This record gives sequence, structure tokens and C-alpha cells, in this order.
Amino acid sequence: MKPAPFAYAKARSLDHAVTLLDGAPDARVLAGGQSLVPALNMRLSTPSLLVDINGLPELGEVSRRDGHIEIGALVRHAQAERSAAVAQLAPLLARAIPHIAHPAIRNRGTIGGSIALADPAAELPACLLALRAEIEVTGRAGARTVPADDFFKGLFETALGPGDVLSAIRVPVPRSDARFGFAELARRHGDYALVGLAAAATADGGRLADVRLAFFGVGDRPTRTRRAEAALEAGDRDAAVAALQHDLSPHTDVHASAATRRHLAGVLLRRVAAQLDSPI
Amino acid sequence: MKITPDVAPSVSALDRPNSYIGRSVPRPNLARLTQGRAQYVSDITLPRMAHVVFVRSPHAHARISNIETTAAKQAEGVIAVVTGAELAKVMTPWVGVLTHLKGIKSAPQYPIAVERACWQGEAVCAVVARTRALAEDACELIEVTYEQLTPVTDAETALDPATQVIHPDLGDNLTFERKHEAGAPDQGFAQADAIVETTFRFGRHTGVTNEPRATVADWNPGEQRLTVYQGTQAPHMMQNLFAKHLGLEEHQVRVLTKDVGGSFGIKVHTYADEMATVALAKLLRRPIKFVADRLESFVTDIHARDHRVKAKIGVTRDGTITAFEIDDLTGIGPYSVYPRTSGIEANQVVNLVGGPYLCPNYRARARVVFQNKNVMCQYRAVGHPIATSVTEGLVELAAAQIGMDPLELRRRNLIPDDAYPATGASGIKFEALSHHACLAHIDSMMNYAGLRAEQARLRERSVRRGIGFASFIEVTNPSAAFYGVGGARIAAQDGATVRLDATGALFCATGVTEQGQGTEAVIAQCVATAFGVPLERVRVLTGDTDNVPYGGGTWASRAAGIGGEAAWQAGKSLRANVLTAAASILQADPSKLDISNGVIVDADSGRERIGLDEVARIVYFRPDTLPPGFQAEMVATRHYVPRGYPFAFTNGIQASYLEVDTDTGFIKLLKHWCVEDCGTVINPQLVDEQIRGGIVQGIGAALFEHCVYDERGQLLNGTMADYLVPMAPEMPDIEVSHVVTPTADSELGAKGAGEAGTAGASGAIMNAVNDALRPLGAAPITEIPMTPDVVLRALNKI
Amino acid sequence: MTDRVRVALTVNGERVDAEVEPRQNLVDFLREELQLTGSHVGCEHGVCGACTVRVDGTIVRGCLMLAVQCDGASVESIEGLSDSGDIADLQAAFCERNALQCGFCTPGVLLTAQELLMRSDGAPSRDQIREHLSGNYCRCTGYQAIVDAIEAVALARQGPAR
Repeated sequence: MKPAPFAYAKARSLDHAVTLLDGAPDARVLAGGQSLVPALNMRLSTPSLLVDINGLPELGEVSRRDGHIEIGALVRHAQAERSAAVAQLAPLLARAIPHIAHPAIRNRGTIGGSIALADPAAELPACLLALRAEIEVTGRAGARTVPADDFFKGLFETALGPGDVLSAIRVPVPRSDARFGFAELARRHGDYALVGLAAAATADGGRLADVRLAFFGVGDRPTRTRRAEAALEAGDRDAAVAALQHDLSPHTDVHASAATRRHLAGVLLRRVAAQLDSPI
Repeated sequence: MKITPDVAPSVSALDRPNSYIGRSVPRPNLARLTQGRAQYVSDITLPRMAHVVFVRSPHAHARISNIETTAAKQAEGVIAVVTGAELAKVMTPWVGVLTHLKGIKSAPQYPIAVERACWQGEAVCAVVARTRALAEDACELIEVTYEQLTPVTDAETALDPATQVIHPDLGDNLTFERKHEAGAPDQGFAQADAIVETTFRFGRHTGVTNEPRATVADWNPGEQRLTVYQGTQAPHMMQNLFAKHLGLEEHQVRVLTKDVGGSFGIKVHTYADEMATVALAKLLRRPIKFVADRLESFVTDIHARDHRVKAKIGVTRDGTITAFEIDDLTGIGPYSVYPRTSGIEANQVVNLVGGPYLCPNYRARARVVFQNKNVMCQYRAVGHPIATSVTEGLVELAAAQIGMDPLELRRRNLIPDDAYPATGASGIKFEALSHHACLAHIDSMMNYAGLRAEQARLRERSVRRGIGFASFIEVTNPSAAFYGVGGARIAAQDGATVRLDATGALFCATGVTEQGQGTEAVIAQCVATAFGVPLERVRVLTGDTDNVPYGGGTWASRAAGIGGEAAWQAGKSLRANVLTAAASILQADPSKLDISNGVIVDADSGRERIGLDEVARIVYFRPDTLPPGFQAEMVATRHYVPRGYPFAFTNGIQASYLEVDTDTGFIKLLKHWCVEDCGTVINPQLVDEQIRGGIVQGIGAALFEHCVYDERGQLLNGTMADYLVPMAPEMPDIEVSHVVTPTADSELGAKGAGEAGTAGASGAIMNAVNDALRPLGAAPITEIPMTPDVVLRALNKI
Repeated sequence: MTDRVRVALTVNGERVDAEVEPRQNLVDFLREELQLTGSHVGCEHGVCGACTVRVDGTIVRGCLMLAVQCDGASVESIEGLSDSGDIADLQAAFCERNALQCGFCTPGVLLTAQELLMRSDGAPSRDQIREHLSGNYCRCTGYQAIVDAIEAVALARQGPAR
């Protein structure tokens, strides 16, 4: 499976990357390449140009700024996995990242790449939804910030336009009463999840407030389940599970039927709800 | 488990000093594999070598109306574009039938489809170019006009009159049917107090060898010789077939097999695209390389084990099995694979159901039907997993129905260990098995009583653990009864040539082959022991039809039992020759001498008399000093074929301990055990590792692997992301132990062991899952793979 | 055909200058251009791990990196790690325990095991070893012997038994 021919250009700066993308409408950004290259190998993707952004060290930093942790798009999953700052300031991400594929993939795959691809069964897009994260996009008109709630639009479809580069993500530093939960079900370690759930909430007396449940693997994009969230805030786990009937429209594929996915979503909801009830 | 060092036996059952029989010596060929210095066919480059890529049909069944090749021919780097019609002039088609499978029929298959594509993935055109990438580019410029035909994709309706017949000349879609009846099954069922009747379904799956199929073919017009580098298990068989279908003499063809990145039966068959590669080399007069990429592999490597078995068992209240009955339906591809046929798997199912048991009442019907899906043929443990899962599934369901412990039901029905020789209800002949000894051993090895207690304790906390067993028999060391009697030119015998080199080292050429199971080591151990040298002094050559004795290769677990015996006999024979020469040099009596640790010694005292290197020096360079009229022969060739029994059956029992998460339907394998009897064990570590690897393949079938087709004959999950193979975190540790019942059909007494693991694993796991879920009143699961869908449905949760 | 790109890299300590097609991946470059056939191609979708090589000190999938991306990089394959002696104990343990059969996955497994052992604080458990191997497909061994061998080396590298 050899790719169709393409030209290659290595960006010297973020602006240069944007200029290169502008020049070729079907160009693709090459970051980690762990999802792009298989698609090229199978000729599912046949761009005329690859714009390599791996030479932009400014995109590879983890920093704290304005009450947020900012993770550059080029931060490798492995780097984030080992980062004390991520563990402390974005514990939900720290819990999710070890589920991504395998060590050799995590050594090259990037946080930005995973968000930009927005595979419906991927962990990080759901985490960003749960965390109310912001995504920084740099394009022709400069940099703009897109809230996670507005970023994931459809199957592999995001707010990124053809000339855009996802440059960073920003996650609010958690408050002391923050609660997180994460669980996924995959047939084998590192596989895309059959169903997964990334969740955040705030402890409010004996209850949960501001519950955000982001399921992955059950639709064309990470999916919030509003009725289930309301039920958890009301303290009713059974009602939350029942609400999934309305909130989720899972698909059937070779790995699991829609009915199985819906059932597993309910199981995960109970498990994650238990996690939310405990402090970090 | 740690690495335990090899221990030399103080007394060898075969009475040789410094015997290697029974020793876990490391394989001599491992260094190159761990250094990345092996030579797989996919590594080979030859001068002027070109690459072939095939355009493959996207349709399961379609007439090929036209192939537009002009643009492709002009593309960069393209050397040739060849259609099926053009290649048919170079290579003749073949038909996968054998006479001993009565009534089997199939249609001629061409190296590249000529008029019709009959499965999604079948090659319809070949592009040869300087690089693989350029050939793939050119393939995109080829326009094939297809006229879609109705695909036949449901085995259940394949024989209905209304269903399209794939090959009209054949009359219907029936490849092969076999019926068998023994004893009085109806009476047996009438006598039963309990009858279990159910339907088993086995998901079609495939081998997924790590190294894909690869062939490099080189036709030298100057020498009029064809050299084929191929990762085949049976080089002589392929030599014959290449010659036959290209109109060459066999001696014009040389097949070379060095390192093979996994086979498990996948690479013992004849593939249209590999035959096409060879034909293209002859047509284009330059080396051609074909390496299937992973997506191609999924739609062209043989699939296996797509069976639906209606099955029935009768049992009395006191635990006597009174009858077995099966009706097996299997849907293969549009062609019976050549030359071993796609009827063998179903034939084996009929042969093996009920095999471990005394019950004489048995009725079986098996039908093999054509489908417009990828071809199906023999894959590790051919038919055994089906037969064993059905038999052992029925046994445990019956045990549950009468409230008897599953091991106890087996104790009451397994053929007693002293009842041999015996004949099974299907007519199979057993020399000597050890079902009861193996059962007793596994009972204690796994602490069965302790596990049952643990299971009961945890059940009270709603933790659902299951214990399941599978007793099994395995076909090994096949005689000509397997293929030869049907007219196939597949050798049942095998040979070894052993030669003393000028420095006193040994060189052995063997007809059996290596795909990682350790053939080279086992052969070396036999030769070193029979002859009398340290293992490091033996070099083994496999996989070269020019330079090894005519043999069958490695399949059906024959390499150690048959290849090893030939090597053993050749080693003994050469030892006799060398002792004769040494005796003439020493003016001694050869019967009073022996070879020990590379030195000629006095047999009784062990006193060293003369070195092998010295004997070699004299024989090769100073024959003037030998007595007149004496000619030393420092080479010996011996062949061996089992004659006492059609197959050397082995036996064993496996057990699975697992936990079912009844919320999610996920299954966690906690531990697995196997007690196996393969007769004399030549290298315990290698045998145990074969069993472990085989068990994990069975686990794959039980839980993960399934080639999923839709009703249009499209394979839906033909990638490594969607077809799930077993990976390390999900696999259990596996404990292996042995009972030893040597075969008297050879001096070594070794039977085969390569497939035992796969034979029993999926049945044991299926039984364990049902054992875990039975207290919940769940419907028994009788289909594999047991995915969360399947388990949750059985629990009525979806 | 698209223009070739000049790259200069180090492979197993040796400087290599080449002109590569952008679409050629790293493992094909090693195998075809440099005849370093010890790294293998099993799937070309990054799943099987047979192509695992080291780039700038970390293991990567050779089928998912392009040769052009390796300009200025230090690439190490099984041949280099073998000749340097860095993994001699792993290789010896694999041989003794028969932690390989056909050998096709073995170079990838060895490189992955070496990274695990170099990054671990203390000896990893069997479960941790299995988890780290989650991206290395072996069809022959069933994994247990591989885990045994890596575990033995992990313990041996800790030093004499306490």
C-alpha cells in the first residue's frame, strides 16, 4: 500500500505553514502522521502537498498562562503523558492519554493532531468537551479561539478550514472542587473505544453541579448528553442512564451493535458517576 | 515463569550417550533472527527485478466485459500490463479436487481471472513495474468494465433451486458432501435420558501471518530454469505444480525457502496471484516480486472455519453418552483450493467429532458449498477446532443437563487408556492414547477443586468466573491416506541426508521445512544424538528442492515425527558407515566402537580412540592408507513414512479459567492449561511454545477474529484495525504439561504437536463462558467469536 | 512524479545522504535504499509494530514516518542496536527462552522492550510488560515467552538479587 505521489514542504514558521496551505487547497498538515500516513498508504487521502509542521518548536510547549494550561499542538502524546504540569493541571487528559494506541504511536502522535482529526472514537476530543477547553486556530486571518463546544461539527469535521493550522489547546486550571471521571471500553488495550466517557463536574455540597458528560464512540463526534447531565445533577443515576435513550444515537458496526453501545454507555455512566463522587 | 535452564537427561529413553532427545536446547538459527539478519522472501532483491501489483475486483461476482490498459501501459516505470486471457497462454488452470473425497467437484481456476471475477479481491489484471509504488499508480489508470452478477453469499440457501449457481457447468453449488453412520444412533437417542440439541456457529477467520505472502520468481532463459523464492511450507509440492502448469520438467524448477515470517497453513496452498507471479517471470524473462500488502492479504489469504453445525448428544442419567449426531454446513469460496481441496476441513470435522469417546453411535453429514467470498482451505488444526468445540460443547451442556460435573462425565466416557488399539466411531484408528492420564493430570495441575471453591465464593459477590474443558485428539504424522491416495503429488514420506565434512562436522539436508516452530533444531537434535556429536557440530539445510531429499515439507504436524525419524535413521546409518571406516583405520571391530561427543570411543569403556576430524582427514585426503577394496561412504540418506497407522493421533485436554463482566459482556481470561501427549518429546521448550502459540490462535477465534461479510460478498473488516488479532495484554499465562505415550511406528516414538493448542482452546473457552453464565439462567452461547454483542444478548441485556 | 528531496541523516551511526521521494516511508527507505532488511513491513497501517525503529532516541513506526521527515535525524534499526551490544542481554534471553519463532516481529519487539526497560523505574511487572507490548503483534509465540524473557532481563538489569 504505497501512497499516491505528493509534494512535500517543511514549514519554517506558523505563518509559513499557513502560506503553504493557502497555495494548495488540497494540502494536508503533517504533524505526528499517525493517522494521516495510514490514510495516505491506503490512498484514502491523496493530497498534492504535505505541509510538515514538525519543525516548529514553539508549538511543542506545555505552559501555564492566565488560569489555563496551554498545550501546544505539536506536544506528543508521550510528552504529555510524562508531563508533571499536565498531570497536575489537566488530570482528565492525563487519565485519557495512556489509552491512546501504543507507545510507539504516542511517541509521534500529537495532541493537536488528535483534536484536528476528531475521530469519533478518540479520547481527547471528548475530554476537551468535558473540560470546556478552547482551541487556538491559526489561519490566513491570524489566530482565533474556538470553544470546544463549537469545534466538533460532524464526522471528521471540525471548525478548521482548509488553510488553518490548529496551534494550541487551552484547558482551564481545575478549581479545588473540580471532579473528573474517565472510562472507556475497548476490546484490546489501545484500540479505538467501543464506547467511552470523559466527564467533569463541580462538587456542590453532597451533590454534583455543572456536570459535563462527553461520550465518544457513540456518534459521529464526541457527544454531550444534556438530559443525563441534568439527572446526575439531581442525584439520580438511574434517570441519567435512562436519559441516554434520548441523548444518544449510537451506530452499529462490525465491533458492536447500536444496542450494545447504548447499553455500554449506561454502564460507563454509572462507573464514571461513581468517580465523580470522589475527590481527585 | 522465568527462564529455566535446559537439563540434560541422565538416562535417555533411546539409549544414546549425550542424548539431545528430551532437551530444551536453544535453536541454532535464532541469532540471525534476533539480529535482524534473517532472509525472508520479502527481503530478497535480484538484478532487474520488477514488482507486480494486481488490480482486484471490487465485486463479489461480476463478468469482466473489458479491461482498458492503454494508459497504464504508458505510465512511468511500467514494464507490462497483463490480463487473465494473456496469462492463460503461459500457464494452465487447475482444479482443486482429489479422488478420495468422493464426488468433490470444482471449476478450473486461472492465475488471473479470465471471464469472471468470483470474489471481492480476486485479481483481474497484473501490472508489472520497476517499483511497487509505480505499479500501484499505474493500476489506478486501468479501467475494468464489470457486469455485476448476483453474488451467492448465504451458505444456508446456496443449494436452493432459486439460488444462482456460480459455475453452471457444475450443476449446483455443492462442492462436496459426506455422510457417515456408525452403530445405531437412533437407538442411542431413544435410550438417552437427556438430549441436548443445538446449533454451533463458527466465524470465518484467517491466519494473518506477520510476514504477508511473498514470492520472487526468476526464469532464466539461458538455463531454461525457473527459480522461485517462496515462503511455502511444501517446496517440492510447489516445484511440481509450477512445472506442471508451465509445461516444464520438474528438474527445471527450483524452489527455495529460507526464513518464513509465519505460516500456520496459510502458505501451504496454491494462490492464483503467486502462480501469476511465476507465470509473469517466464513471460517477461526477468525476476518478478510479489508481496501481498495487508489489505490484499485479508481478501486473498485463505480463510477458514466458516461452519454452521447442528449437533445433538444423547446421555443417560448415570452419565453414559449414547449417541452423537452432526449436520455441518460450510461455505467456502468459489473454487476448491488447489491441490489439497477445500473439502478436507469438513471431512475432518466428520472424522473427529466424538473422537475421544467410547460412544459407538454416530451419524454425521457434512456439506461444503461454494460462495462468492474469498477461498477457504486448511489452516492450523484443520477441522479440529470445529469438531472439538462441537463435541466438548455438547459434553458440557449434557453434563449440566444431568447435573454431573463435566470432568466426571468425561471420566465415564473417554476411551480407557488401556483399551488400545481402538477404532473410533468415525472409523479413525488409534494406536494408543492417554485421555484419562491427561485428565487426571490437569485436574491436579490446575487445582480444579480449589478453583471450583473460589468460583463459588466469588459468585456470592456476583463475580462470574467460569471453568471450561476440552478433551481433544489431534491428527499428526499423516501417511499417504491424507492426500496421496487422492491423487495429489504431496509426499507423505520424507528424507534426510547426513554427511560428515572434512573437519568432522555434520551437514544434514532435510525435506521438512522451518517456519519458526524449530524444525532446524529438532532435526539437528535427532542427527546429533543418533550420530554422536555436540549439537553445535550439526548444520541443517531446509527448503531447497535442488539440495534436499524429496519430501513433503512441514504441515499436519509431521516435521518432528516424520522428518525427525528420517534424520534419526540417517544419523544412525552414517554412524555405522563412520564406525566401519574408523574400525578399518584402527584395525578394530566396529561393533565394539561408538561415537560420543564427536570422538570415536570404545563402546564399553568410553576410552577415546580417534577423533572424527582425523577419520575425515584420512578418508578424504589419505585413502591410500585404507585397506584395499575398502571404500568409505561418509554420506547416508534415509527416508521414512509411517506405515502402521494412517495418522499418529495424539490427545490432550485443555482448561480455561475466566471471568465474565456481566455488565459489559467483556471476557477476561485468567489462566489456561493444557496437558498433551505427543509421544516422545524431542525438545520440550519448543513443543510447549507450539502449544502456547496454538492456544492463542484458538483464543483469537473464540473471542476476537471474524472475517465479516455482508450479503453482497463485501468483506467489511479487512484491515488490522477492524480485524482483531490477539495482542499481549489480553492473553493469559498458559501452563503446559505432558503425558508421554510414544508411537511404536517409529524408533523415536515422536508424534506431532504443532496444532494441539488450536484444536482445543476455543472449545474450552466457550465451555468456560457458559459455565460462568449458567447460574444466571443465560442461554448457552454456541457461537464464536464471543463478542460483547453475543454475551449481552445471551444475558438478555440487549 | 514529484520532486525528490535531499536528506542527510545518520543511520546506525553512519552518515547517509540521499534523494528521496516524499512518499517513501522510513522503513521502505531503510529496506530498499540501504538494504537494512532487519526492520519488517507487516501492515503499513501502524498496527503490527514489525517496522518499529528508533528515531532520535525514541521508538516509532517506520511505516508511519516519511524518509523526508528524517533529515537531520539519527535513526537506529535492529542491526545497529544489535551491533552496538546494547540489547545483547535481551537477545540472549530471547534465544534461551525461545521468545521468538518465525522472528518477523522480533526486531520490533526487541526495540520496544529496550525502550520499556530504559524508561522504567525498577523492573516492570508482567502486566506492565504486556501493556507496553500492546502494539507489537506476534502470531507465533502467544506472548508468554516474550514476557518471560523481558521480565528476566528486567530483573537482571536491576543488579544482583537483594
